[in-house]
Order: sequence, then structure tokens, then C-alpha cells
Amino acid sequence: MNALSNPLLEVDRLAVEFRTRGGTVRALENVSLALAEGETVGLVGESGSGKSVLSFAAMGIQDAAARITAGAIRFAGQDLLAKKGAAMKALRGREMAMIFQNPRVALNPIRQVGRQIEDVLARHTDLLPAARRARAIECLAEVRIPDPERRYAAYPFELSGGMCQRVMIAIALACKPRLLIADEPTTGLDVTTQAAIMRLVRELSAERRMATLLITHDLGMAREYCDRIAVMHAGHIVEVGPTEALFAAPRHPYTERLIAATPVGAASLAELAAIDGNLPDLRRADLPACRFAERCPRRGAECERPLALAPAGASSATHLIACHRPLTAAATEARHAAFA
Amino acid sequence: MIQAILKRLLGAVPAIIGVVIVTFVLTRALPGDPAAYFAGPAGSTEAIEEIRVKLGLDRSLPEQFVSYVGDLVRGDWGNSLTTGQPVLAEIADRLPASLELTLVGLLLAVVVAIPLGVLAATRPGSWIDHLCRGITTAGVSLPTFFTGLLLAYVFYFLLGWAPSPLGRLDPYATAPDFVTGFYLIDSLIAGDLETFASAAKQLILPAITLALFVLAPLARMTRASMLGVLSADFIRTARASGLRPTTVLFTYAFRNALLPVLTTLGMVFSFLLGSNVLVEKVFAWPGIGSFAIEALVASDYAPVQGFVLAMALLYVLLNLLIDVAYGLVDPRARLEA
Ligand SMILES: Nc1ncnc2c1ncn2[C@@H]1O[C@H](COP(=O)(O)OP(=O)(O)OP(=O)(O)O)[C@@H](O)[C@H]1O
Ligand SMILES: [Mg+2]
Repeated sequence: MNALSNPLLEVDRLAVEFRTRGGTVRALENVSLALAEGETVGLVGESGSGKSVLSFAAMGIQDAAARITAGAIRFAGQDLLAKKGAAMKALRGREMAMIFQNPRVALNPIRQVGRQIEDVLARHTDLLPAARRARAIECLAEVRIPDPERRYAAYPFELSGGMCQRVMIAIALACKPRLLIADEPTTGLDVTTQAAIMRLVRELSAERRMATLLITHDLGMAREYCDRIAVMHAGHIVEVGPTEALFAAPRHPYTERLIAATPVGAASLAELAAIDGNLPDLRRADLPACRFAERCPRRGAECERPLALAPAGASSATHLIACHRPLTAAATEARHAAFA
Repeated sequence: MIQAILKRLLGAVPAIIGVVIVTFVLTRALPGDPAAYFAGPAGSTEAIEEIRVKLGLDRSLPEQFVSYVGDLVRGDWGNSLTTGQPVLAEIADRLPASLELTLVGLLLAVVVAIPLGVLAATRPGSWIDHLCRGITTAGVSLPTFFTGLLLAYVFYFLLGWAPSPLGRLDPYATAPDFVTGFYLIDSLIAGDLETFASAAKQLILPAITLALFVLAPLARMTRASMLGVLSADFIRTARASGLRPTTVLFTYAFRNALLPVLTTLGMVFSFLLGSNVLVEKVFAWPGIGSFAIEALVASDYAPVQGFVLAMALLYVLLNLLIDVAYGLVDPRARLEA
């Protein structure tokens, strides 16, 4: 199933539903994704495709309304879904950590940022208060916050968005986790700050051989920072592959559209208008096997048949797609050669 | 901090001047001639005129106002025409009774409403959430004098559990020496447990009446505010860091949820001071509310003015207190001081 022999995080045929008044939202279905130690994987897809739902489920912090109806999540060989609440909480923040978009509101507005780092240290380490404080300041220094002793006592509203995101990273990395999930960590920051934050994440990940799942709208960023990329559409993973292979020769029509819709240089899914139609309503009872079929120019009769991620070709065990009528590698390569 | 407080106090001066003007004009505009009232039905026109001169009512309004303000500043708030006592002394005597009742009522309400609101917010749809909703609906639809009468009827008249609703102490107890004016505290200072018990028994029904009145807005605000905060992004961050549920709930959620609750608390306290008037009537509580009503009925200006002024000062102080508390909880509020 997975190309990785010994993954750190392994999501296996996961299905997540939300029971709402308007019906059951089938937010994730048959989602499989693995991350190896030290690897950075990008998770891309338009808004509402289920990227956050997937990462929240992996962290065990999904909404109360969410139900995991099938599949498994394993972390370093342990079955996370079988873990009791307390055991899961002990793992969270220590072994696996997460940073979010909108760092300003993702920090407690009325608590000194240093104290917020200390809260995590107090939870997961045996450090005494004085050592904890010293370590918190060290954490601030590690994310290159100038004058960390003084910044320790700052409140989020006294810091810029970029500084707040650095604090978020410091909180996430305080206990040196093995996995970092970054859910659109640079959304809302200006371009220079974005680059600085991403460089920081990359440096720290490399230093600690930390696996990183980078969720982003920004294909250009995914291409620059990720070893592999997974493309999500309407709760399915439709294509996974090594970054260069995926960009050079996308095999799934959705990936191909996504890349084509992203102007080189300024990369954003905001220009996604180029993809016809919208995500299907995930509450529908008659969702097709391929949730992209209704928007797909290559749709055929076989697209009604059940579908799963499978190697894109005999030669590429690491490049997987979920499509009955994929593009041929040669065709897309030729198209993209023309772009480049 | 001290500087900010002083600044706030200075900022309240115009409001207080406004209150002084309004009370002065209002009491002069009220129907009823106090001179005629005090001369009595048998009073001759000459007697009425004599009283009018004695009260200074023959002078022009601006003249009356200037002398009124001058007296206020000197601490002479006039004499009550009905009791003959200086108004300031009367208020000083009765204010502790009202404050003790109000504070105990508020404390009871807080102790019940806040945990109720928090529990309702953390368990939406549970029985405690429904209880919270029931109480808040009932609370807003019951007027205080009605709950007061009902409580007195049930617990005094029917069950006999509560003492007769007549004042702060039963007739056999004597008031403790004056220290704070709060009988509960003064009796403890004097080491007189019997008086303490007596004061507590007298206090319980009117305090519950007031508590029931403010329970609803407090519980509702706590619940709503807690619900809002619990869905905030930073709570998700705290949970993603594996923090203990108690840390998330208290250190992260509750302290943030407290801010609107504090504001509500200030508002509710003002309501309480207002509704005291009725509750004091029902329980024959010798507070400033009942004092003001009696004076109003008698067209006795000075106590009414004194009452309104005392209330205004109390509001100013209260708002200051709320601001200080707000600043303690929220660092963002500190800057604006
Ligand atoms: N609490 C919830 N109740 C009902 N539906 C939900 C809930 N949370 C998420 N969903 C649904 O799950 C789907 C995936 O949402 P998700 O937030 O994971 O998208 P996303 O890919 O992260 O989008 P974005 O890029 O905008 O962050 C959406 O259709 C959304 O409506
Ligand atoms: Mg998202």
C-alpha cells in the first residue's frame, strides 16, 4: 500500500464524517498518506478539500462532531486511534506538534508568550520552574526571535504576525517533536515574512530530522520546500508523488489543472477559476466513486467504478494516483516543457 | 496603575457634576410642596411661608443651587425633614445594610452562575445545559418583589424555616459594635457567633431573592462567553500542545471568558442597587433604598438628593473597580488606562 517501508506517521484508508443537521458530511474517505522521518510532505488542494480535517484527525484534535468511521492512524508503530485520551494527550505536543494559520489568534491573547511555551514544558517535561523559564527563552532564541529575554514577557498583541508565528513554532518545537504538522503556516503573512518562516521551518526540520507535513494553498511553496506532494480533492487523495515527478508529469487530471492554474512566480490557488465547477457537496448520498468526475474533461464510463490510490506506472512505485483515465506521462511532460 | 486610577477618578468628575445638577433640578421639579407638607394640614399660610424661608425655598433656583453645592462640598448634605437627622449620617448608617445585602446576593449569584455557565458550555445539550437555560429563562421573567414575597411566604409563613422578614437582626439580638457596618463581619470581629447566626438568618432570604434576579444574566453571559472562547483558535493550539483539560479549561478558556462576565457583573451590580429598593421594602430591610422611598413619598428633597448622589458615587467607584479587575485579567486593557 505505502511506498515507505518504515513510516513515522501512517494514515491508512481513513474515513472521517461529520454528523450535521444538514446531513452527514463525508469529509475524508479512503485517505492514505505516510511520512518518513526527516521528510517534508506537502498537502495541497483547494479550500474545503479536507486538509485540515486530516491533520486534526492525525493530532486527535478533531471537532466533537467528527466521527472516524474507518481506517487507522499509526505513529511510530503505535495505533493512535486505539489510544485513550490521556495517552494521546501525552503524545501531542511532545512527539507530534502542530502550527496553525493566523498566528495572532492562535495564541492565547492574555498570556505572556513565554508562559505559553512554559505551559507546554510543564506538561511534558520534569523541568523545575527556573529551568523551564530558561528553556522557554532558549526556545524563543531557537526560532530566531531577537532579544528573547524581553520577548518572553510580551503578549501576542505586542508582536507582529511573523513574530507570533515564530512563537507558535517555538511552542510546537519546545519538546523536540518527531513530527510537525504545519497547517498553512504562512497564510496572512507578507511575502518576505513567509519566506523567513518557511526557511526557519526547513532549517529546524533538517536539524532535528523532524518529519513535516506542510499544508498549503501555495503550490510554488510546496514545490520549493517539499520532498513529496499529496494532492487532495473533496476528501480524497488523488495523487501522491515526489515533488519533481509530480510537477514534471502530473498524472491526475485535477493535479494537472491545479498546476496549470498556478502562474509560475505568483503561486496561489486563488486563480483556481481555471478549474471548471466546484467541489461536490460532501453531504450528498450519491457521491461518485471519483469525486472529481463531474468536473473532469476526461470522464468516461469506467469512472463509475470503485477507485483507490495505485502506482501510476510500472516504473514509478512512489508516484500514486487515483484515476481510471490518467494522463500519460509523455503528454503532460510535453505540455509542461512548453510552459517552462 | 495608581496613576491610571487617579486619571479615571478625575474623569468621573464631570459625571458627578452632571448628577448633582440633575438631582437638584429633578427634586425641585417634583410635585408637592415640602413647606406645605411640613406645616401639616392645619398649618397656616404664614407658617408655611416661615418654613419656606427656613428651607431657603424662597430664593431663586440658581441661588439655591450654589448654596446646595457649597453645602455638599462641606459635607453638609442637609437634614432629613422627617427624621431630623443629617442626611449624610443617615446614609452612612444605612448604606452598609444595603451593601451587605447586595454583596451577599451578588456573591451567591456568582458562586452559582459561573460554574453553571461553565459546565453548560463544556457540555452542550446535557442536562446541566438545559438546567442553565431553564434558570436563565425563569430568572428574567420573575420580578424581584414577587420572588421575595414568594420566598418569604414559603420559607417563613408555610415552612417556618426562616425568621420573620423584618430587618437585619431578630428582636432579641443587639447590633454588633460598628467597624465595617456589615453585621456578618462586625459580629465575627466581636466574636459574637450568636449575632452572626442571627444576621445570617435574616440575610439569607433577601440575598437569595437578589441572587435569583442576577443569576440569569450572569449564567447566560458565562455560558455564551465560554462557548465562544472554547471554539477559538488558541484553544485548539492549547489542545494540540497536549495541555491538560484543566489547564485548557481554566488557564486558557476561563480567564478569557471572564472578560465579558466582568462587564456583566458591573452592570448586574447596578441593577441590584436599583432593585434593592423593592427587596428592602419586602423584607423591611433598613437600607438606603427604603430610606429614599420614604423620603420621596414625603417630598423630602435632601435625602433623595443624598441617595442619588451616593448611588452615583458608588457607580463611579464600581466602574473603577471593574476596570481595575479588567486590567488585571486583560493586558490589552492596561495600555488604554
Ligand atoms: N465541524 C465540521 N462540521 C461539518 N463539516 C465540517 C466540519 N469541519 C470541516 N467540515 C467539512 O469538511 C470539509 C473539509 O474541510 P477542511 O477544513 O479540512 O478543508 P481544508 O482543505 O482545510 O480547507 P482550507 O484550505 O480552506 O483550510 C469541508 O467540506 C468542511 O465543510
Ligand atoms: Mg484548512
